[in-house]
Amino acid sequence: MADQTSHGIGGLTFDKSKRAWPNEANVFIALILIILAFEALGQILPYMNGQSMLFDFNTSRDGTILNIARIKIVILQVSIIGIISLGVTQVIISGGIDLSSGPLVGAAAMIVMSFAQTELVNGQLNPKAVFGAWSFDLPVIVPILVGLAFGALIGSINGAFIAFTRIPPFIATLGMFLICRGISQWWTKGQPVSFPTEEFAAIGSGMMPVVWFALLAVLLGLVMKFTVYGKHTYAIGSNEDAARMSGINVKRHKVMVYMIASMFAAFAAIILSSKNLTAQAGMGQFYELYAIAMAVIGGVSLTGGRGSMIGTVLGAMVFGVIQSGFTFIKLDAFYQLMAMGSIIIGAVVLDQYRQQRATAG
Amino acid sequence: MSEQYILETRDLTKHYGGVHALEGANFKLRKGEHIAIMGDNGAGKSTFVRQITGVEQRTRGDVIFDGKPVHFSGPLDAREAGIETVFQTLALADDLDVPDNLFLGREITKWNFLGPFRLLDYKAMRQATMEGLEKTAVKIPNIRNSIRNMSGGQRQCVAIARTATFHSKLTIMDEPTAALGVQETAQVENIIRTLKEAGEPLILVSHNMRQVFDLVDRVVVFRRGRICADLDIKNDNVSGEDVVGYITGAKTQEGFEDAA
Repeated sequence: MADQTSHGIGGLTFDKSKRAWPNEANVFIALILIILAFEALGQILPYMNGQSMLFDFNTSRDGTILNIARIKIVILQVSIIGIISLGVTQVIISGGIDLSSGPLVGAAAMIVMSFAQTELVNGQLNPKAVFGAWSFDLPVIVPILVGLAFGALIGSINGAFIAFTRIPPFIATLGMFLICRGISQWWTKGQPVSFPTEEFAAIGSGMMPVVWFALLAVLLGLVMKFTVYGKHTYAIGSNEDAARMSGINVKRHKVMVYMIASMFAAFAAIILSSKNLTAQAGMGQFYELYAIAMAVIGGVSLTGGRGSMIGTVLGAMVFGVIQSGFTFIKLDAFYQLMAMGSIIIGAVVLDQYRQQRATAG
Repeated sequence: MSEQYILETRDLTKHYGGVHALEGANFKLRKGEHIAIMGDNGAGKSTFVRQITGVEQRTRGDVIFDGKPVHFSGPLDAREAGIETVFQTLALADDLDVPDNLFLGREITKWNFLGPFRLLDYKAMRQATMEGLEKTAVKIPNIRNSIRNMSGGQRQCVAIARTATFHSKLTIMDEPTAALGVQETAQVENIIRTLKEAGEPLILVSHNMRQVFDLVDRVVVFRRGRICADLDIKNDNVSGEDVVGYITGAKTQEGFEDAA
């Protein structure tokens, strides 16, 4: 027995070639394949007249290979829900779920817009005024801070209930889902809030949502990969008991995770209301589900511990391309929903199958 | 007197309601010594370990660790004081890689002014992991792969390698090889020998007689919540049958008559 060491069962390598194949690469390949599939359909389907999805090899049309206009629309379409999805991704990585983000968008948009209104509309007093004269033409930082504070409040309530009362995240955030929807309707008794200041309208105008999405994705991606916060989030999602035994303050960390997720959703609300120049109580319907879907398509495991911001960004792109692609091949909206649903289920099944095979092998 | 011992318990007692799971345990562990705790199921081994590591709060008695009386409020406290425990159920995060698991909860960081968002020093942690694992002679294809796909032995070794990496003052292993195959068991036993050579004290809870006689200096036998024998197996002439006798209650060592 004692000469076991001298036999040298030991040995330690740090071999790059033995690194696991990253999940994000699969999502990226899927994205390319989906684009090519729609591209092909555009050429094959008789009523499409050889139209192009994203690549246009007939350069005489607009001089570039890429169909810039469509790419812009695809990315713009997903960037606001994408921002929510970034926040939701870290919740899912921590082993939880956040269903409250959609209604939170509605409620936050209503509240934010009330602090971003301008006094005079076409020389007349703002017809949609929520508060008195003091709330007109405030500096743009005020509505932003109010929105983020509201998001932080809702998120920390979510997190506190999940961490301290140990009710399932599904239930806690489902309750918050209804509460937020209620808040958004109660705030103005159902009236839309409109006419923001020019500065506020600039936040989400044009391609700005894409810029915010990119910035936040890079920021949160770096945080998840290179900071203690990110590492502990993965650890909690992977094995909560191990995380606790290792000295991580799991309760405090969970509150933080939900708080940050809700702040991302609130920020999405700011951008959305700024882009639309109005806030309505029904805003953000299904956003929570789309946000979860993007994360899941991007390879974030609903059991926690696995996933990345790159994956979620790619998942958002897949989501956008599919949605846009169905419109492109002139598929009716109800078929779109059915197909989206099938794709989401398929993505999870595929991921689970891959995991099982990896564990067995 | 106390410098000689790394851990000492006096009259350590734990009652769960009316059940006397542990009764008046007087236990001493010298520096650099490896002790095995043996006993039948329900004899109080795990209860004893749980009192030392702060997983549970004792009913009565003192624990003196490293010359000072201690009262750990939780396993974390014990860990910070230098008691590293390898649990029966592996406390590892499956989706993280080897360095992440070794340093979980005590990451090497830089830019600490960022609070919870302080940066991880991956390079330093990888370095320390390599050094720690070299001591244990564990073969791991790539320390940067997640440990989900590793064998039970490799995972157990990662759990144990924490100790080797952090130079804890005392290691406690609760049946570390119970779920492992022959070769994996050999790997874990190798690590235990490495710890012995490094002079790091160990408490090993084990059912495996061969393993115990191979590895440790002294055997403490628990029976019905009491210590019933303290055997110096390296020097005295003690056979496996003797130990079985103490475990089953056929024999009781002199000085421990009240355990019978």
